[in-house]
Amino acid sequence: MLTGEQTRVRVAASLARRYRQEFLFRLFGIVSIVIGVGFLLFLFTTIIGNGYSAFWQTTIKLDVMIEESVVDPDGSRDPETLAAANYARLIQDALLEVYPEAAGRRDRRALKSLVSTGAAYILRDRVVDDPALIGTRHSFWLLADDEVDMLIKGHVEAGGDEALRRLSDRQVGWIEGLQAAGRIKKRFNTQFFTAGDSREPEMAGIWGATKGSFFMLLVTLLLSFPLGVAAAVYLEEFAPNNRWVDVIEVNINNLAAVPSIVFGLLGLAVFINFVGLPRSAPIVGGLVLTLMTLPVVIIAGRAALKSVPPSVREAALGVGASQMQVIFHHVLPLAMPGMLTGAIIGMARALGESAPLLMIGMIAFIVEVPNSPTDPATALPVQVYLWADSPERAFVERTSAAIIVLLAFLLVMNATAVWLRNRFERRW
Amino acid sequence: MLQPDYGFGPESTHMRSDAKKSVEPVAADLERVDQEDAASDPSGSDDAGIAAPSGAYATIGDITARDPVMTVRAGEVFYGESQALIDINLDIGRHEVVAMIGPSGCGKSTFLRCLNRMNDTIESARVTGEFLLHGENIYAKKSDVVSLRARVGMVFQKPNPFPKSIYENVAYGPRIHGLAVSRAEMDDVVYGSLERAGLIDEVRDRLDEPGTGLSGGQQQRLCIARTIAVNPEVILMDEPCSALDPIATAKIEDLIDELSQNYAIAIVTHSMHQAARVSQRTAYFHLGRLIEVGPTDKIFTNPVHRLTEDYVTGRFG
Ligand SMILES: Nc1ncnc2c1ncn2[C@@H]1O[C@H](COP(=O)(O)OP(=O)(O)OP(=O)(O)O)[C@@H](O)[C@H]1O
Ligand SMILES: [Mg+2]
Repeated sequence: MLTGEQTRVRVAASLARRYRQEFLFRLFGIVSIVIGVGFLLFLFTTIIGNGYSAFWQTTIKLDVMIEESVVDPDGSRDPETLAAANYARLIQDALLEVYPEAAGRRDRRALKSLVSTGAAYILRDRVVDDPALIGTRHSFWLLADDEVDMLIKGHVEAGGDEALRRLSDRQVGWIEGLQAAGRIKKRFNTQFFTAGDSREPEMAGIWGATKGSFFMLLVTLLLSFPLGVAAAVYLEEFAPNNRWVDVIEVNINNLAAVPSIVFGLLGLAVFINFVGLPRSAPIVGGLVLTLMTLPVVIIAGRAALKSVPPSVREAALGVGASQMQVIFHHVLPLAMPGMLTGAIIGMARALGESAPLLMIGMIAFIVEVPNSPTDPATALPVQVYLWADSPERAFVERTSAAIIVLLAFLLVMNATAVWLRNRFERRW
Repeated sequence: MLQPDYGFGPESTHMRSDAKKSVEPVAADLERVDQEDAASDPSGSDDAGIAAPSGAYATIGDITARDPVMTVRAGEVFYGESQALIDINLDIGRHEVVAMIGPSGCGKSTFLRCLNRMNDTIESARVTGEFLLHGENIYAKKSDVVSLRARVGMVFQKPNPFPKSIYENVAYGPRIHGLAVSRAEMDDVVYGSLERAGLIDEVRDRLDEPGTGLSGGQQQRLCIARTIAVNPEVILMDEPCSALDPIATAKIEDLIDELSQNYAIAIVTHSMHQAARVSQRTAYFHLGRLIEVGPTDKIFTNPVHRLTEDYVTGRFG
């Protein structure tokens, strides 16, 4: 036996060691967090730094004379005639008005290319909406070409070897002239948030991919949540304890770890080739992502059910609740926050998934914004991939902008998960 | 009338060694009791008309109740291979409180949980023997466990109100059993139950606050209110006061006293004082056997079996 004095000496000796260990452990924790946060900051700053300029778009102010002879030669104001008219010529005329010296064919082509080809469609929509414009002269802010946009934003240089540049010295001169005349302005890029994909960067938008992702996640949520909850409840509450259940459990855990591209192949074989669902459709994407998300939902659901204290079950059984009533009145409500959190985390993973979508044709170039889960569509991460693969400089910033949108959605979903957990978590 | 000292006197220093001696030779003890039984207490279990299995020991004392609600004959429980209860015979009568006492692990909770088939939830548990509620076997195939638990309510060791409002806690049982057809009727049931549980004055203004926000003692009375709201015939209580302070305990004990006017109550307790205060009959369990049962004051002042005596005098347990 130690005397009291000896005990205190030994405790003091061990104390220093314990404090040192604790200090080292804390240091280790702080260092890991700093590294993690550092990478995150790096990711955010590069992506936001690259992408924020895509939220602004250069426009050129032109005074366009809406000639009746071009737009509506027979004077019928028939929307179809109006829609079919040659608006590009009106824009070209307006440009020539500013730079009359550009008379030759090549010059005219060069001048014309300052304005986006999409500008004609925007002009058309304005005229179809408001035929009273016909025969009047009107100032329009028209979408500039992506090369002009890049020059204005300073992403490309005006100097250097002319042959290596997309804009000739002549064009740069015109742009500077327009700028000096106050005819060039950067405006908020609504096009980016309302349009589908396009070959022209200045016309390309994220809305098509966003809606595609939305329909896909809708299908995934509607299928994987009820199925996952039902499976979790059955396995946790009703299934007998036998070998079959063990086999099922092992397989569910395995499914959660299967590479997602395998689910894509499965979806291609089953949903498209066998069932005959349309290619490139969000419904197929949703089904594939359901397969991928389901194990996550089931595992999270079972963990949530397990964490409901047995005293709650006993209390309910004790007043004569049947097993179903115990589960639906008491256990499920308490497990719901955990289940929802699991589901949302699964959905967030599904939102960021691109590999399986490549296999089912959601990588196709699709201009139309989808209006239902069966319309051809692409998804946000696939859009990122498509743009990242495009050579135009303007797609670089759009890629980053698309990533920002994707990250924003992920952030919202994960914040919702945290909010749900705090909101519905109850103490007992 | 009762011995005031339950083992905190000078003798208690010898508790451990004494306990060992008396636990190990249980079988021998029990045989000795058989002989003693025949000699000194002929009014044992045999007078119930149901003979104990031959070769077994018999419980000392009168296992019957004047007006039995629940009757247990040859009740045995196994958890997997190990036997937790051996040949239990006991009645629980109307208007009485039966206290179950005995050292930890002797099977009191197991016995109590058999009475409303709470053991059904334990997969390894197997129950044999007769457990009758008004003469009907509650383990029979056609017997319905849901309605059984409505008739035999249970209050647990740790207060376990639902994480819902106080009102909902009490209203839940009547609602699932369809006992109240209108909101007014439900209000009656809830207020009445809270009243009988002695809680109404404390919670009248906060019925829609969560039941989990009450103090421990209040929670336990809420659980009692929840149990009596479905109008059971029997209330089982497994150490209902062990998580409570003395004042809350006193309130619950008063409540048990009152409730015994209307219900048959079986209570497990580790407090000899509590058993003495609230019960009319006491049953002493030891290693899965019911050793002795009788009027509470007799068990405490004049126990027959040495194990009972050792336990109530605080020599072990
Ligand atoms: N779920 C279970 N599975 C296996 N064995 C069990 C289970 N519950 C209880 N037992 C065993 O049954 C015996 C009786 O347990 P029980 O809980 O009935 O004792 P008790 O008298 O209530 O004890 P305490 O006073 O400590 O509550 C013990 O040996 C215990 O280990
Ligand atoms: Mg117990």
